[in-house]
Amino acid sequence: MEKVSKKITKKEVEHIAWLAKIELTEDEKNLFTEQFNSILEYFQVIDEVATDKVLPSFHAVDLTGVLREDIVEPSLSREKALANASKKDKGFFKSPKIF
Amino acid sequence: MQTLPKRIKGFSNRLKSFEVNHMKKPHSLSAKEIIEKVRGGELKAEDCVLSIFNRIEEVEGRIHAYVTLTKELALQKARKIDAKVKNGEVLGRLPGVCIALKDNLCTEGILTSCSSRILDGFIPPYNATVVNLLLKEDAIIIGKTNMDEFAMGSSTETSYFGATKNPWDSSRVPGGSSGGSAAAVSAEEAVLALGSDTGGSVRCPASFCSIVGLKPTYGLVSRYGLIAYANSLDQIGPLSRNVYDCALLLNVLASYDPKDNTSIRVPSQDYTQFLVDDISDLKIGIPKEFFGEGIDERVSKIIWESIYTLEKLGATYEELSLPTLRYTLATYYLIAMSEASSNLARYDGIRYGYSIDYDSKNWNEVYSKNRRIGFGSEVKRRIILGTYALSTGYYEEYYLKALKVRTLIRDDFNKAFKKFDVLVGPTMPIPPFKIGEKITDPLSLYLTDLLTVPVNLIGSPAISVPCGFVDDMPIGMQIISPALREDLLLKVAHIHEQNNKFKDYAPKL
Amino acid sequence: MANNTLNKNVKIGLEIHCQLTNLNTKLFCSCSADYRGKPSNTHLCPVCLGIPGSLPVGNKDAVKDAILVALALESKIMNRLVFFRKNYFYPDMPKNFQISQYDKAGGVPIAIGGHVTIQAGNRKKKVEITRIQIEEDPAKLLHQGSIDISPYTLVDYNRAGIALLEIVTEPCLKSPKEARIFLQKLRAILEHLGVSDGKLEGAMRCDANISHIGGDRVEIKNISSFKEVERALTFEIVRQKSLLSRGIKIKMETRHWDDVRKLTISLRTKEKEQDYRYFPELDIVPITILKEEIEKLRRKMPELPDARWTRFMEKYKLPTYDAGVLTNNKALGDFFEECVKIYPYPKKVSNWIMTDLQRWLHEKNVEISKSKITPQALVSMIRLIDKGIISGKIAKRVLPELIITGKSPEEIVEEQQLLRISSRREIEKLADKVLENNPQAVKDALVDEKAVHYLVGQLMKLSKGKADPQLSNEIMKEKLKSFLNK
Repeated sequence: MEKVSKKITKKEVEHIAWLAKIELTEDEKNLFTEQFNSILEYFQVIDEVATDKVLPSFHAVDLTGVLREDIVEPSLSREKALANASKKDKGFFKSPKIF
Repeated sequence: MQTLPKRIKGFSNRLKSFEVNHMKKPHSLSAKEIIEKVRGGELKAEDCVLSIFNRIEEVEGRIHAYVTLTKELALQKARKIDAKVKNGEVLGRLPGVCIALKDNLCTEGILTSCSSRILDGFIPPYNATVVNLLLKEDAIIIGKTNMDEFAMGSSTETSYFGATKNPWDSSRVPGGSSGGSAAAVSAEEAVLALGSDTGGSVRCPASFCSIVGLKPTYGLVSRYGLIAYANSLDQIGPLSRNVYDCALLLNVLASYDPKDNTSIRVPSQDYTQFLVDDISDLKIGIPKEFFGEGIDERVSKIIWESIYTLEKLGATYEELSLPTLRYTLATYYLIAMSEASSNLARYDGIRYGYSIDYDSKNWNEVYSKNRRIGFGSEVKRRIILGTYALSTGYYEEYYLKALKVRTLIRDDFNKAFKKFDVLVGPTMPIPPFKIGEKITDPLSLYLTDLLTVPVNLIGSPAISVPCGFVDDMPIGMQIISPALREDLLLKVAHIHEQNNKFKDYAPKL
Repeated sequence: MANNTLNKNVKIGLEIHCQLTNLNTKLFCSCSADYRGKPSNTHLCPVCLGIPGSLPVGNKDAVKDAILVALALESKIMNRLVFFRKNYFYPDMPKNFQISQYDKAGGVPIAIGGHVTIQAGNRKKKVEITRIQIEEDPAKLLHQGSIDISPYTLVDYNRAGIALLEIVTEPCLKSPKEARIFLQKLRAILEHLGVSDGKLEGAMRCDANISHIGGDRVEIKNISSFKEVERALTFEIVRQKSLLSRGIKIKMETRHWDDVRKLTISLRTKEKEQDYRYFPELDIVPITILKEEIEKLRRKMPELPDARWTRFMEKYKLPTYDAGVLTNNKALGDFFEECVKIYPYPKKVSNWIMTDLQRWLHEKNVEISKSKITPQALVSMIRLIDKGIISGKIAKRVLPELIITGKSPEEIVEEQQLLRISSRREIEKLADKVLENNPQAVKDALVDEKAVHYLVGQLMKLSKGKADPQLSNEIMKEKLKSFLNK
C-alpha cells in the first residue's frame, strides 16, 4: 500500500475551523497547520495496514442495546433548566440572532 | 528488597506511623480502616472530614489538586453519617470515606468545569450516576479535582486553572488527565478518588503518583454524568493508595445503569473476595512491544523485577508479540479526536458556560468567538483534527480506517488472551517528566500514551500499581486482562502489592 | 399559474418530518412529549437540553411506530436499528448535532424504498419513497418579526428531542399541486396508523428540493404546514423561471421559506455548504429488529386509506369520488361511519358531509375532530328533514350552529324558532301580505306561471324559510284563483 504524503493546507485548516465553529488567529492558523502536518504524518502509519476485508469496530466490547418504555418522568423545573443560560428572557433562552 | 532505591522521600516517616497504626491521623488511614472505625464508633465521620481538610490546608498550596472544595457539604454529610451511627441505623458501604471527584463528573449544585473556561460557572442540574451511588453508600464528597482540559492530556498541564504538581516532586507533572485525583490521593488530601480513563487518564497519573488506578471494562461503570471526551473509550475508574481500597470502591461503582445504553448488566459482586494469595495457575503474557522502542530501560528493568517476583510466587510468564501495537496510538487518536469533535460541539455558550456579550451579534460569530476564548489550545487542536478526520473525503481514510485497525488490534489481544490470563508491562514508558517539558510539542506528549491506549481501544480493563522508583520518581506496573476479568487484575495486583513495600512509601510533603 | 400546470421541466422531491404524536415521551428521554400550549422550557431534562454528561436512551414505541409506517408504505425494513450523528451548528440544536439515521458510511435507515399511490387528476401515480428514518426534533426558535430582521432569537427547547420520522421521496413530483395531493395522502395514512396527528400545529413539516432541467437543485427549508407547501413551491418555481428567462443560471443553494412574508430567502450557497460529518452515535448500542417483531406489528396493522376507500365503495355503495374524499381524512371517514351506524343511508350522510359540512369546516377553519358537531347531531338534523319538521334550507342554517355550539339540532330549531310553519291559517296570512305588497306581480301571475313562483318565493322569504313550501305553493295558487274569480 503506497501512499503519497498527505498535507493539510492553511486554507483547509481555515475551512475545518469554520465547520467546527472555532475562530483562529493568524498565528494559530500557522502553528496548527504545522502541528497538524506532523501529527497527520504520524497517523499515516495506519496506512500500511491492509483493512479491505476488515469490519470496523464501533464499540470495543459486545454490548446489547436496550430501548426504554414510553413512560413519562418528571422534567426539570424551568428555573433549573434556565439556571445556566447566558441570557434569558421571560422563560426563554436568548440566543444570538440568526441572520 | 535489594532492588529498592535507597533514598525514598518520606520512607522512614511513613514506616514509623505504620508501626503505630492507631496514631495515624484519619486522612492517612485506608478506606478499609475508616469504614471499620466509623462502623465501630471509634472514629467520627466528621473527624475524617476535618482531618482531610486540615491536610488540604497544609499541602494543597504546593499540589493544586483541587479546583473546587465542598467542605460545608462534606461536613453536613459527615454529621448525617455520625447521627446514623449514633442511632444505630444501617450504614452504607463506604461510611465516612472522603472521596475526591474528577471535575468532569456532574455534581448537582456544585460547579463542574472539566478544567475548561468554556464551562465557566456551569452548575449541573443533576448528579452523575456514580455520584449518586457514592452518596447512597455514605461516602463523603470533598471536592472536584483538577484535570487536563476535557481530559485531553497526560500531564494535567492543559487545565485552564493551571497545572497540578506531582507530590513526589513539585517540578514534575502528576500525569493526566486525572492528575488532580491522583495527586490528591497520593498526598493524602483524599482517601479515594474517581478519575476517568479514555486513553490512560486513570492509570497514567496513578503510575506517576505511585498509587493504584483501575480502568474498568468499558460498560462496567455507568458513564451517565461523565462529561464525554471520546464516548466509545471513556470509562470512570477508581484511584486509591492500595488494592483493597480499589476493590471496595469498584464494588460500589460497578452497577448496571438503564440510563447508559452502553452499561453492561452484570451481577454485582464483592471484588475484595478475589484478593487471595494464590497465583499458582496464573499465566502471564509479556508483550515484547511493551519493552521495546520508546520505553525507558530503567522502567523496563523495574517492571521485570516485579515479574520475576510473581514468577517466584508461582505464576508462569512468557513473552509474546502484539504486532498491531505499532498502530494503536494513531488509531486511538483518530478515534478519540473524531468523537471529541462531535461531543464538544454543544459548548456554544448559550445554554451554559462561557459567552461573550452577544447583543445584536450573529450566532455564527458568537459561537466561533466563545469557542475560541473558551477552549484551550489542545482542545482546539483535537476538535479541529477530529472534524477533519470526519469530513467529506477523509472519513474513510481516517476515521473508518482507524475503526478497522481497531478490529485488528482487538483480534490481536483476543489471540493473546487465549493463551494468557493477564498481560503485564509498564504503565508509562518514562518516569514523570518536568512541567513544561513536553507541552509545546503535542506529538511528543501523545507518544507517552503508547502503553495505556490499547485497552481503551479493546474495551478491556487494566490496572496500574506502584512498582518502584527511578531517580526517586514513581513507576507503575500495568496489568491487563480480558473484558470483565477485573477479578484477575485485582488478584495479581494484590499479590504484587503484598510482596513489595511500594504502597508504604509516601511523598514527603 | 405554475401551480396547476404540469411542468415537465420541474422535478420536486420532498423531505417530510412527521412528529410521532402518539408517543408519551420524547425520542431519547422520558420528558413528556405533550409540549403544545405548555409554558416554554418546562419539558426539559439533561438529555434533551444537551447538558454535558447526559446520555440518550431510545423510546421503544417510536421504533414500533416507524415500523408500522414502513409497513404501510411497503418499504423494506432493515434488520438493525442504528443511529448516527448529523453534525452541524445552529441555535435550535441543544447538542449541535442531531441524532438521526444515515444510509451511508456503515449506517442504515430503519427502512428503504416504498411508495405512496396518489390520485393525480384522473390517473393513479406511484410516488416513490427513498427512505424512512427516525430522528429527533430540534428546538423551536421564535423571532421577533421576520427571521432576517429579528435582533435576537428566543429558544424554547420543549420541542427538542420529540420523535420525528423523516420520510424522503424521490424527486418524482411534477407540480406543487401533486406535492400537496401526495402530502394529504401521506397524512391520511399516518392518521389511519394512529402514529401522527397532522392536525396538530407543526406536527408535519416539509423541506423541498426543486430543480428545473439544466439547473441546480434548490432546497427550501422551514415549510411549516402543508398549506404552505403549495405556496412555497409555486413561489420558488416562479422565481426560478424568472431567473431562467433572464438567462441567469440557478445555483445550488438552500433557501428559507418565510411564512410571514410568503417568500423564500437564501440561507447559504454552495461555497459554504455544510459538511454534516455523519458518524455513528456510539452512546446508543445498535439493536436487532426481529422478524417476529415486524410480523407482530403487521398483524396489528389498522385499515389504511386505500383499503377503506374500496370498502366505502363496496359496503356503502358510495361513488368513487365520495369514498375518496371521505377516506383522505381519517376523522372525516370516522365521522361518516359513526353516522351510518345510527342512520343507515350512506349516500344521504355522505352528501351532507361532502357539501355543507366540509364547506363550513373550511370556512370556520376548523378540523372535524376539533369542531363541536357530533355524528348524532348530524343524523338528528337529517331526521328532522326526513320528518318534515325543518326544510333542507333551514337545515343549511342549522349546520354551522352545530359545528360552533355543539348543541343538538332540536335545541337550535327551538331557540331560533326555525320550526316549519305548516298551519294553513298562518300561511294564508303571509300570502295575503305578499299579494298586497306585490300588485304588479299579481297581475303578471294571472297570465304568467313564472310570476307565481316569484310570489311563493316572497312568501318563503317573509317566513324566513320556515313555511312549508308545498303548502305555500298550494295556498298561493288558490289565492290567485280566487282573485281571478273576483
